[in-house]
Amino acid sequence: MLQIKNLHASVEEKDILKGINLNVNAGEVHAIMGPNGSGKSTLASIIAGKDEFEVTNGSITFDGQDISEMDPEERAHKGIFLSFQYPVEIPGVSVTNFIKTAINETRKAKGRPDMPASEMLKMIKEKADLLEIDRKFLSRSLNEGFSGGEKKRNEIFQMAMLEPKLAILDETDSGLDIDALKIVAKGVNKLKTKDNAVIVITHYQRLLDYIVPDFVHVILDGKIVKSGAKDLAYKLEEKGYDWIKEEVNA
Amino acid sequence: MELKEKLISSFLAFEDNLEADSPLHDLRNKAIKTFEAKGFPTKKEEAWKYTSLNSLLKNDYSIFPSQENNVEFKNVKHFFLHDIDTYKIVFVDGVYSSFLSETTHNKLDVCLLSSAMNKPKYKPVIEAYFNKIAKEDSLTSLNTAFAKEGAYIHIPKHKEVEKPIEIINFSTGNEAAILLQPRNLIVVGENAQVQIIERHQSLSENAVLTNSVTEIFAEKRAFVDYYKIQNDGPNASLIDNTYISQERDTNCNVHTFSFGGNLTRNNLNFYQKGEGCNSTLKGITILENKQHVDHNTLVHHIAPNCESHQDYKGLFADASTGVFNGKIIVEKDAQKTDAFQQNNNILIDDKATINAKPQLEIFADDVKCSHGCTIGQFDEDALFYLRSRGIGLKEARALLMYAFANTVLESVKIPELKTRINKLIAKKIGVSLGFEL
Repeated sequence: MLQIKNLHASVEEKDILKGINLNVNAGEVHAIMGPNGSGKSTLASIIAGKDEFEVTNGSITFDGQDISEMDPEERAHKGIFLSFQYPVEIPGVSVTNFIKTAINETRKAKGRPDMPASEMLKMIKEKADLLEIDRKFLSRSLNEGFSGGEKKRNEIFQMAMLEPKLAILDETDSGLDIDALKIVAKGVNKLKTKDNAVIVITHYQRLLDYIVPDFVHVILDGKIVKSGAKDLAYKLEEKGYDWIKEEVNA
Repeated sequence: MELKEKLISSFLAFEDNLEADSPLHDLRNKAIKTFEAKGFPTKKEEAWKYTSLNSLLKNDYSIFPSQENNVEFKNVKHFFLHDIDTYKIVFVDGVYSSFLSETTHNKLDVCLLSSAMNKPKYKPVIEAYFNKIAKEDSLTSLNTAFAKEGAYIHIPKHKEVEKPIEIINFSTGNEAAILLQPRNLIVVGENAQVQIIERHQSLSENAVLTNSVTEIFAEKRAFVDYYKIQNDGPNASLIDNTYISQERDTNCNVHTFSFGGNLTRNNLNFYQKGEGCNSTLKGITILENKQHVDHNTLVHHIAPNCESHQDYKGLFADASTGVFNGKIIVEKDAQKTDAFQQNNNILIDDKATINAKPQLEIFADDVKCSHGCTIGQFDEDALFYLRSRGIGLKEARALLMYAFANTVLESVKIPELKTRINKLIAKKIGVSLGFEL
């Protein structure tokens, strides 16, 4: 589904990614871990199309198509979703109106008519129930005055509504208490099928107890230096990143 | 002949035609002398530093319309809040249109200043209020000298007016260039409530210059909600001079929506004369091409325990220019004043300009005054967030503009008007979102 080859990227002439290679297939869950500033969030933003970063080398292919020059909305229309670490507040635009706009813009791009209102309402109800979201919450202004946990839950709600092929969860666990974390993880797991894939970016293995990865990758200084199965996450939790740094340096 | 000379010589003929015993005779003569002495304001004056009237003053304006021009309702219907019932005071080229208007004398007066000035019944009100808070600056004086027609609204005490009042000034373009000087007098009695919408609308591409003066008096505990829709044609310019006098425990709100016109100058003045007043001044300005809008606000806190709240949002595209000059004066006796002023601007294009100048003059020691001004571009992170959800760049920008303007829109209390403003904004930014704020 997603192939990243030798990806180099920089911002204001500072190299952030220094040769990332990653393959994600349909049905898989990948976890990307690493210390602060290692390039995890940059990688997520670049896959979603943030143009603040300059891709200096390498390629990103999604469903066989090179997407590295595409606008963020085109990538979204192809089925890429990024759950933001810091979702943006949009005063005056309700969660419901926002998600309607997002869904209908995506349909428009595919030459399809707007989703009928009754179908939209049904879907909103179903997904809100799945994530235990209160109906009142949906009429609030998008992210405005939301707690950290509400923001993250709202991100996953949008993901549930948009039904992406590839969901990238950028530190979705930060700011969540254990109950909220369980709800979010339950939502992600319910939405998981053999046809879609998830990339979980996190500092901690805590979330990986609930969203169980098939692969764990460690990013250090803009490169994936180690990949393994789920137990790698436990080892990182226990020992930190220093042993990997030593391994790499050796 | 220059416009100034033309106006002064026209004044003599104008005065001759009025009844000689008019109580306003002395007032007019004094006003034209003030105008003669001061002349049109120039950029040398601090208050006009960023707005030049020069190019406007070159037109050869006709000062008195030669005839009554008719306008068919169906052609102008969309300028009214036609989906709800309203009172209407309508002028066409400065002349009252009885055909388009819907006035009343039943328990309140919604009518014409000309008839109020001439009828003995209204004499006490005219004498008590007319020209009592208007400044003696050159443009207001010019209007006073020629003041003859406009809206006269008198709401008696305890009266809640059940429907909004629309004041609309049309210009037909039958003259190559026309100068209009409407004069409105609005008196809102004790504990009364009223909603008023004011609009100036040219129906052609011919030049129009409007120099309007509105005086509003809010008696004790009165509630006034005033909306100005400024979405005029490309050759229509407006100088709006509005003066609001607030007695104790009054609540006065003015929303100004500036989307069109050539040059617009809003001189909006609030005088809080009694304790416990609340004043709200809000505006959304969305400009393009070479449009120019200058908001010049004054909130004069004279009495203690009052609040004022200003919130102006501006979006400037192409080579448009905006000015925000907001002055707050807190007198020595106006203790416990809470004055807030905010002005946020987004420059969409490199050639757009905004000049923002907050001025605070505080003579009391126990007050809360704050002001904030921002000038920026679209937040790139916010744009990326919206686009990553499949929303195209144009729509994403539109959404951010709506969000930006929302704090002003949310306090519009007439739902139909809010819908109308939403549509005007959507049209102005060229995007229709499937919902309203």
